[in-house]
Amino acid sequence: MSNPDEPKIEEGVVKTTQPVSSAVADAVAGARRHEPHEPARQHLPEKLYEPRRAVHNKRIDGPFRRFKWLVMFVTLAIYYGTPWIRWDRGPYAPDQAVLVDLAHRRFYMFGIEIWPQEFYFVAGLLIMAGIGLFLITSAVGRAWCGYSCPQTVWTDVFQHVDRFIDGDRNARMRLDAAPWTWSKALRRAFKWTIYLAIGFWTGGAWIMYFADAPTLVHDFWRGEAAPVAYITVAVLTLTTVTLGGFMREQVCIYMCPWPRIQSAMMDEKSLTVTYKDWRGEPRGSLKKARKDPEHYGDCVDCLQCVAVCPTGIDIREGPQIGCITCALCIDACDRTMAEVGRPRGLIDYATLEDCKREAAGEAPRPVWKTLLHPRTLIYLGIWSALGLAMLFALGTRSRIDISAAPDRNPPFMLLSDGSVRNSFTVKLRNMSTAPRRMKVTLDGLPGAVMWTSTTSREAAARSIETTVPADATAPLRLYIAAPKGTGEQPFSFHLVTLDKQAERDTAKVTFSGPGAGG
Amino acid sequence: MANKRIDEPTGTETVGHEWDGIEELDTPMPRWWLWTFYITIAWAAVYVVLYPAWPLISHGTQGVLGWTSRGQLAKEMSAADAARQSLREQIAAIDVEKLAASPDLMSQAVAGGAAAFKVNCVQCHGSGAAGSAGYPNLNDDDWLWGGSLPAIHQTILHGIRQPGDDQTRTSQMPAFGDILEPRQISDVAGYVMSLSGKGPANAAGAQIFADNCAVCHGADGKGLRQFGAPNLADAIWLYGGTKQDVMRQVRAPRHGVMPAWQGRLDPVTIKMLAAYVHSLGGGEDFTQVTETPVEQSNEQP
Repeated sequence: MSNPDEPKIEEGVVKTTQPVSSAVADAVAGARRHEPHEPARQHLPEKLYEPRRAVHNKRIDGPFRRFKWLVMFVTLAIYYGTPWIRWDRGPYAPDQAVLVDLAHRRFYMFGIEIWPQEFYFVAGLLIMAGIGLFLITSAVGRAWCGYSCPQTVWTDVFQHVDRFIDGDRNARMRLDAAPWTWSKALRRAFKWTIYLAIGFWTGGAWIMYFADAPTLVHDFWRGEAAPVAYITVAVLTLTTVTLGGFMREQVCIYMCPWPRIQSAMMDEKSLTVTYKDWRGEPRGSLKKARKDPEHYGDCVDCLQCVAVCPTGIDIREGPQIGCITCALCIDACDRTMAEVGRPRGLIDYATLEDCKREAAGEAPRPVWKTLLHPRTLIYLGIWSALGLAMLFALGTRSRIDISAAPDRNPPFMLLSDGSVRNSFTVKLRNMSTAPRRMKVTLDGLPGAVMWTSTTSREAAARSIETTVPADATAPLRLYIAAPKGTGEQPFSFHLVTLDKQAERDTAKVTFSGPGAGG
Repeated sequence: MANKRIDEPTGTETVGHEWDGIEELDTPMPRWWLWTFYITIAWAAVYVVLYPAWPLISHGTQGVLGWTSRGQLAKEMSAADAARQSLREQIAAIDVEKLAASPDLMSQAVAGGAAAFKVNCVQCHGSGAAGSAGYPNLNDDDWLWGGSLPAIHQTILHGIRQPGDDQTRTSQMPAFGDILEPRQISDVAGYVMSLSGKGPANAAGAQIFADNCAVCHGADGKGLRQFGAPNLADAIWLYGGTKQDVMRQVRAPRHGVMPAWQGRLDPVTIKMLAAYVHSLGGGEDFTQVTETPVEQSNEQP
């Protein structure tokens, strides 16, 4: 509802009306009845940059705001809470459900343990996250920006701190303009202390992913944690306070490349927050509109959509890079429309197609049709195929591994009885959480026998049994003696576990020798 | 001469140079750039005072901090030595023949020995320890003086034919060129070849061998380690395996020497070298070994 005392603040809005470079922006701009004011480009600006004007967004309640609360709660709970979930992996592995164990080069995620050579699983997850972002964007526009981007979530948290300490929009603007007093200084100090506390908690939660969380907290407060822990917390505290406390919407508008990329991801079938200017324009105050109802549209120019916007834009200027589609303006506008007795949805989630349809007087298409357009389906297909392929790879992956490297200097050795000896460094990997008995067998190389650096040639045989500790790589030095006159030939080491699973692996190598002439 | 003027659109003076109608504006440097420049100058001035900077004729300026790259290296080296100290103490305390029973210590010793080998031994024995004619191959299973850890250790400590070291390894084969007729030398060489399956046996050679050679090389030609007498019945020949080579060695034998490393290298390094040479694949005598390295306890690191 328009408040006559409220200062007109639209000049305080960061001007980001430079059109988004896509078909969406062009088409919407064309459908608009009044063009936005074109920024003058003829002469150089007097200053290098436009100073930032603080965004004091107003509190609002509504379905989208409640959804935003929910997403904020869930994402923050995941971020702060995940390291504290325990997961019993037996005596040979840590008990933390999600742990990036850089020191031992292991990545634990609930029942899954990833070794460095299996890093393609993590790469696959990252690719899935990327394609998931494309999928979400093509279906529901910048939902990532509006609800779950960390910058959005933490900015929201900081804005709630502002509101809690300084009051809502008008009170904060008054305080900003007021001269410095002890009371204002105290408030500001209190506010920044809370900012720092939030930043510290954020940085502190991050390091919990890299070590056993309870132990780390204990060590951290006793000053016994690794220096990298303190440095990480300090850096993340600083960046959280800088990005969430100082920069806020400027990160979205000036720093983040994603809005630029997103404009290419979206098409006329993507949902976005839109002001329906064919319905709202020409705008005018309620008083004027009541006097002359024929001449005015539905927009009563109450500026509530601007007041609640966390990035400080005016959605009525059309799609713009500053719009993160958090839909708080929809909540605000619907409330005003209800108060003045007009239908909701003057500002609403709509696709460009819907906008055109609606402007032409047709009924909009159902939402599910919008969501299931080919582009979305293709992304969904790629995303699901990747996910299934990874699940399959995860389900069938082997938990043992053998690799063998021959000595190259000298490549072979003649023994006193004339036989030919090669030496190999063989690595047996046991990626399971219990020690496993394994057997290495010579495959090929007729007449050859092998022994290790700790057994003598008298004990030589075609196969060697050994126990590899849990979660470890056991290097084994193997000597192979082949009969006199053996020449260069391929063979392999065959590895099999001596337990119920009987997992197998093979390492192909080449035996070197002088041949019959030597 | 430069033709300076005020550029109309920008209001900035030009520097007065013109190339094909293109003029350069005399735009001042950005302030941040200038400040960065001044800071680098100040930094350089401070650096020159604190650190070695100016080369002079015979030396350079020292800098008030007294820092040198050599000094830093010495500091880092002594820190690295200190970090290895406990390992070295453990190796120093243990008898060399018990090294193999402690797999952790053994593997550390092998790694240390490999490094020391590359500095001290490769000149004669080759980088892969495969040796060459006259320089024994340390990878094979033939040992003149024994291939157990203590035997290898003893050889490294006291060397081969080192005058003044009463524990050095010394073997001496007479030059039979002054004792035997050329015909007899040919016969005995033929017999020696036949011992390792090369060529037919001959009775004359066998008799000469029994009279002159069996004392050191054994009746069956398999050598005697207490004399350092090589095994003549195997496929490994230190000075070559053709009949010509064998005849030359009978006529005028050559004898290798090896330095005694005691006194040149510290005792721990010598133990490490013994462990490394033993690990090359030709080492003998595993009686001390009680368990294999991969079967040790498997605690989560």
